[in-house]
Amino acid sequence: MSNPALPTEALILNRIQETDDIFTLQLKLTDPEQQWRLGIQPGQFNMLYRFGVGEIPISFKAISEDDQRQPVLEHTIRAVGRVSRALAALEPGERIGLRGPFGRGWPLQQAEGQDLCVVTGGLGCAPAVSIIEHAFANRERYGHIHIIQGVKHSADLLWRSRYEYWAQQPNTTVLMAADVAAPGWPWYSGRVTELLKRLPLKPEQTLVCCCGPEPMMQASAEQLIRQQVPAEAIWLSMERNMQCASGHCGHCQFGADFICRDGPVMPYPRLRDRLGLEGI
Amino acid sequence: MPAADFLPRSRLSSLFDLLKQRGYLLIGPQAVDGAILYRPLQHPEQLPNGIEQIQQPGQYRLIRTDNPRQFSWANGPQALKPLTFAPRETLWHSELNADGSLSFHEEIASPDPTAVIGVRGCDLAALALQDRHFADDPYYQKRRASLLLIAVDCAHPADTCFCASTGDGPDAKAGYDLALSELDEGFLLRVGSAAGQTLINALPLETATEQHRQQAETQQQQACQQQRQLPEFEPARLIHQGQHPAWEAVADACLSCGNCTSVCPSCFCFSESEVPELDGTASSHQRQWDSCFSEGHSYIHGHRFRPDTKGRYRQWLTHKFGSWVEQYGRSGCTGCGRCISWCPVGIDPLEVLTQLGREDKE
Repeated sequence: MSNPALPTEALILNRIQETDDIFTLQLKLTDPEQQWRLGIQPGQFNMLYRFGVGEIPISFKAISEDDQRQPVLEHTIRAVGRVSRALAALEPGERIGLRGPFGRGWPLQQAEGQDLCVVTGGLGCAPAVSIIEHAFANRERYGHIHIIQGVKHSADLLWRSRYEYWAQQPNTTVLMAADVAAPGWPWYSGRVTELLKRLPLKPEQTLVCCCGPEPMMQASAEQLIRQQVPAEAIWLSMERNMQCASGHCGHCQFGADFICRDGPVMPYPRLRDRLGLEGI
Repeated sequence: MPAADFLPRSRLSSLFDLLKQRGYLLIGPQAVDGAILYRPLQHPEQLPNGIEQIQQPGQYRLIRTDNPRQFSWANGPQALKPLTFAPRETLWHSELNADGSLSFHEEIASPDPTAVIGVRGCDLAALALQDRHFADDPYYQKRRASLLLIAVDCAHPADTCFCASTGDGPDAKAGYDLALSELDEGFLLRVGSAAGQTLINALPLETATEQHRQQAETQQQQACQQQRQLPEFEPARLIHQGQHPAWEAVADACLSCGNCTSVCPSCFCFSESEVPELDGTASSHQRQWDSCFSEGHSYIHGHRFRPDTKGRYRQWLTHKFGSWVEQYGRSGCTGCGRCISWCPVGIDPLEVLTQLGREDKE
């Protein structure tokens, strides 16, 4: 096993501008011996490195294919800090560093044979898109798929055509909410938790994957528990400052858990008594 | 006939010579700039002869006495931490090549074999904690593997010490290669490892007298009579006592300077940063000690989870005495008292814990 602190080179094949400040990088690992890193699972993350600037943790979005049907790694990033803005300035053909995969992803095997309920808020949809894509790629392994996505403003919605495509698939429910909706928003105007009440859930055979701001995840989990979903069937993807990604640097501690290593995806009962506590 | 285990003070240099002969660099305590610091050492005369100390909340003073001993102080600001977990080090280098490709090279230091003389029990216990935390960190482990540890039981705890109540001192309990108990005429030795045994075999030892053994025992019993003790509190509850008024009061005094985390022998946080060369073709990726008192510690894309001193102090204390138990099966505190002495405003975490513990009983 190589030193987990040492990056490998990744070539930017393509760069997609999703919104004003959100972009997706399609990456190819240039070293043949590093292709094992493409075994990254939905919910896990990589550390992306911009030469001379630094590293940031970015969750895995998808593995797609290039023209030669070779695997391509996709990461969606919001340009909001020093490193993400520097990454945003890169063009196809340029190189970055990458190390990972890190952390624990969604409980894919546990979800098999069950209904999936994916509840996301804002850019929380990026790590959750990976599990939705996985479920559709292995459609026979899962029952009904519920997709609930909330955004602050209707203009923030990413991958609208993707959601519209999923909405047309059999045995699938797609519900969208915007806190603030511009004219022409065809979906719900309000909070995600209100939408959850409308879901035709079979609580005893549903696994919930939730990703978004912590108050939204907490409210969603409690709402689903009121709808008889067992707490242990609810999984949350957590986010904290991550620098080493190996459980050493201490920044991502959430109580006793190192989110980079023990998470980022964790069962709700593990988090329940700490979510919402000030300063944790 | 008991084995020879007594090294007269006049023969302490034979231990130094033996270690040098076996290829070790020597590091040991010296009185430098008004404090006891671990520095490279050549001969026993450099040890802090007759130096004692006063430690109080926010206070650290050395006193020169005619005491013949060399280890009659409790500790200095450094534990073993800088020797294993470097305050700043390069993890890897990257190069931007002419064709636009990037290459990465790891840089892991392999220090020469180093013998540390005068290690304290509290610091051995903290080292054991860091050994577990950094178990799969190659940078730490390379440095750790270079160390030979020669402990000296602490016979002069400071007023800030409470290692007896954490169970980590004042004598060296475990994790040493060789341990010394200092008496006026010399040192009683105990072996802690195979490497320590080979040292003992090569030293000009005598057999300790019954009087020596009694002196050592009495001295250890006296050293255990420390003024401070860890108060009673419920570790698992600390994190849920976030609204206790004690936090507000301590935050009013705390400067958020991070001295406590720097001198703490178990604090492990570090930040990573990039140091690019001016010509733009190469860059070094470094790590350096960080503190949960720093503004950036809880930063995440435009948001800080702990924007104020209250939240940061609470993070430090609830982690050290609470979450640590869940992470590593015991508290992260080994009772060295450094955070009390080196706090510029003299905050005593034990007082905060006392208040929190009192709430448990109510």
